[in-house]
Amino acid sequence: MTDVSGAWYLSLAAALFGIGAFGLLVRRNVLVMFMCVELMLNAANLTFVTFARMLNDIAGQAVVFFVLVVAAAEVVVGLAIIVAIFRRRREATADDLHILRG
Amino acid sequence: MHPGLVPVPLLATSLPDAITFAVSAVIVIAGAIGVVVARNPVHSALMLVMTLFGVAVLFVEQRADFLAAVQVIVYAGAIVVLFLFVIMLLGVDRREAVSADPLPWQRPLALVLSFCALGSVLALGFSGAWSTGAASVTGALPHRAGDTAALGKVVFTTYLLPFEVTAALLVIAVVAAVLLVRVPQLREQGGQAGAERGGAAGLEGDPEAVSDPGVDGDPQGLGERDREVVPS
Amino acid sequence: MSLFFLSALVLPKIAWSAILPELILLAAPLVLLAVSALSARRLPTGVYAGGMGAAGLASLGASVWLWTQVTPHGAGTAVDGAIAVDGFSVLVMILVSSVVVLAALIGEGYLRREGIGGPEYYVLAMFSAAGAMLMASADDLVLIFLGLEIMSIALYVLAGLDARRQGSGEAAMKYFLLGAFSSAIFLYGIALVYGATGSTNLPQIADFLAHNVASSDGLLLAGMALLLVGFFFKIAAVPFHMWTPDVYQGSPTPVTGFMAAVAKAGGFAALLRVFFASFGLLRDDWQPVIWLVAVVTLLVGAVLALVQRDVKRMLAYSSINHAGFILVGLEAATTRGIAASLYYLFVYGFMVVGTFAVVTVIARRGDEAHDLGSYRGLAQRQPFLAAMLALLLLAQAGVPLTTGFLAKLYIISAAVEAHSYALAVIAMVSAAIAAFFYLRVVVLMYAGAKSGVGLPAPLAATGAGEGAGSGELSPVAAYGPGAASAAELEGDRPEASRPDGAGGGEGHGEPDAAGVPATIALAIALCAGFTLLFGIWAQPVVELARQATLLFH
Repeated sequence: MTDVSGAWYLSLAAALFGIGAFGLLVRRNVLVMFMCVELMLNAANLTFVTFARMLNDIAGQAVVFFVLVVAAAEVVVGLAIIVAIFRRRREATADDLHILRG
Repeated sequence: MHPGLVPVPLLATSLPDAITFAVSAVIVIAGAIGVVVARNPVHSALMLVMTLFGVAVLFVEQRADFLAAVQVIVYAGAIVVLFLFVIMLLGVDRREAVSADPLPWQRPLALVLSFCALGSVLALGFSGAWSTGAASVTGALPHRAGDTAALGKVVFTTYLLPFEVTAALLVIAVVAAVLLVRVPQLREQGGQAGAERGGAAGLEGDPEAVSDPGVDGDPQGLGERDREVVPS
Repeated sequence: MSLFFLSALVLPKIAWSAILPELILLAAPLVLLAVSALSARRLPTGVYAGGMGAAGLASLGASVWLWTQVTPHGAGTAVDGAIAVDGFSVLVMILVSSVVVLAALIGEGYLRREGIGGPEYYVLAMFSAAGAMLMASADDLVLIFLGLEIMSIALYVLAGLDARRQGSGEAAMKYFLLGAFSSAIFLYGIALVYGATGSTNLPQIADFLAHNVASSDGLLLAGMALLLVGFFFKIAAVPFHMWTPDVYQGSPTPVTGFMAAVAKAGGFAALLRVFFASFGLLRDDWQPVIWLVAVVTLLVGAVLALVQRDVKRMLAYSSINHAGFILVGLEAATTRGIAASLYYLFVYGFMVVGTFAVVTVIARRGDEAHDLGSYRGLAQRQPFLAAMLALLLLAQAGVPLTTGFLAKLYIISAAVEAHSYALAVIAMVSAAIAAFFYLRVVVLMYAGAKSGVGLPAPLAATGAGEGAGSGELSPVAAYGPGAASAAELEGDRPEASRPDGAGGGEGHGEPDAAGVPATIALAIALCAGFTLLFGIWAQPVVELARQATLLFH
């Protein structure tokens, strides 16, 4: 049981979310962009667990449990799409997706 | 019933917890920054593991022992390994060209937006209470550390339906992986079907494969289509 | 300790009937997968299409039955408060089930034409539809998130279904990255709302907000803003619409139609429920945001659609424009506004699926001919398709005697009633701009050939044109399928004038070499028939939407 105030945890989670969002917007490598999504999901998870502790409520932890499943499914599908595309073209840069202009 | 716990003063913490938090926080943030700035995707993946471990420690610190275990097993054990596997499979562990950034405004914009968002969340938190919600709506946290019974109970009662529909997600993931990994074979067949009529389309007993030129009475259109169908 | 918990664990009662439509659409794909895995040889795609069509009809029947249960007994919740059983959710279920049936018909024709085998399209489409239904009926933010993910992840894969076209894979990738980004934002929003209210359950959130006057609700507002961003991504409202044209253009055309109908239905249903039902008390906080987004969405969608040469991109921007209209109903934040939004959503589903079905046929094998030029003089080559497309586009433009007109009228009158006069005027202006690009396609189809080919219309209509004839007199007609196709075309023509007798296309079992596979023709006729029939006979669906909103949980 911790005494560290939830505010610190929530600030840390917000920072993690911000870094993830920033990385997603600036990086062009789809694999890294995808890892940044995982950072954002982890920030949300940390927020949930922190609120669960602050509110003394188990629901926040249960949500994290589901997010883990979603993250796993998302990773599988995302990586499958990446593999399907880049087996054909051996570039993994988002700017190479230029057939669809706009 | 204005809620929440008694607000804990920001710095009134016991020393071991404070140290644990500080160390984990540094690991989490350093890892996250590492993911974003590393040139090599493999390094990014390893940095991601670092962040995930840090988050797992913070979970333990907050009486979420089971989630910490799952975090390490599923995230670090399965997801990051999958990432590394794909990186190695594709052979894209190469440096990315930094100079070739076609949207010059995107980076500063992203930076500004991220910090605005971060700043506003922090400001919101410090201006008011961090958590204003009602306490223990769904059920209280366990008193003993490492007790997963409360979590199991809520997953099988309040969140029973969400728990069941996650099965659909996993099936979709399996179908997607099978469908997309089969792609190269399909493509070859498709290429044949485009180049010499018949091919994959014929496998399905498709009469259109033969009568295709008559589809729109547009003989010269056929050549065009073939060029488009055959992948470069 | 654990024994104590086991004995204390009371499993919630699961009202199976309340989630029957979702269950059907979750179970049917598993059956299809099992059949596909156990059958010794590759089954024709029609078998899977039949399975999906049957599942769609079954879930439609279950939804209608649920409607008859909800109407007398009123709304309620099921499965420990996770699901809301009310008119609103049931009406969206009816819409999604219908779209599933139509998608089975369209997908069958498309997959056979493209030579893509296997049950995957049908399996993923049904899962996606089940996800949208869950979003519509979920009474818990966690379940909304899971429904969103089920719907979206299946759609990401569907977008990349056509492995041969590079655009398809890239659409999947783009959709996936931006979708995952928006999901993460949405999830963070749920986390903040949870922290601010102490629950993820929508009635409990509403209850908390009703009993607590938060002295400082910054956390809640931030959470709501992030939830809105997540929803705006899914429904393609303007600051978050960047993915739409690319994904709509790159996805296989039947998938685009399905995506446009189902993703919008699920996204809007959850958006309306969360913001009107749970955050209704805070409408002063979110109404201005919705107002602004609605205005920008209406105008940007209409104006950018004007400059597109690619029909799928044009329809993508037009779908953005439609999203703006539905947001106008939410902005009104009245029961009437929500009913208008629901009605719009319902009839829009049929219009957009039908439109993309026609585009699927016109795109021909390879799914590439989407340039506006392909539509020039279509009326002479394909009178049935041209008539149907004209009807559906005019409906989207809001021409009277169609459901599209009623939908726009309903929305604007709801806005006027809520005293959002400026928004009503902007909506009308945007409808006028939008009418232009719809009419351009219609004019191109009916008048375009005169400048291009130079044949007098009656002559061309007999099919004698060199490049543009429908094939009745061309040498191709000598082949067996060609002759059958001529009969098919003849059989379809009466439907153009009498679309509500939509069963007509079914009799022609043979695959149609003249471009309109019978299944797609049936789907198109059903959509057009719905649009015209309930445009003229307005009462039933309008009443349905009104009743559904009265039964809002």
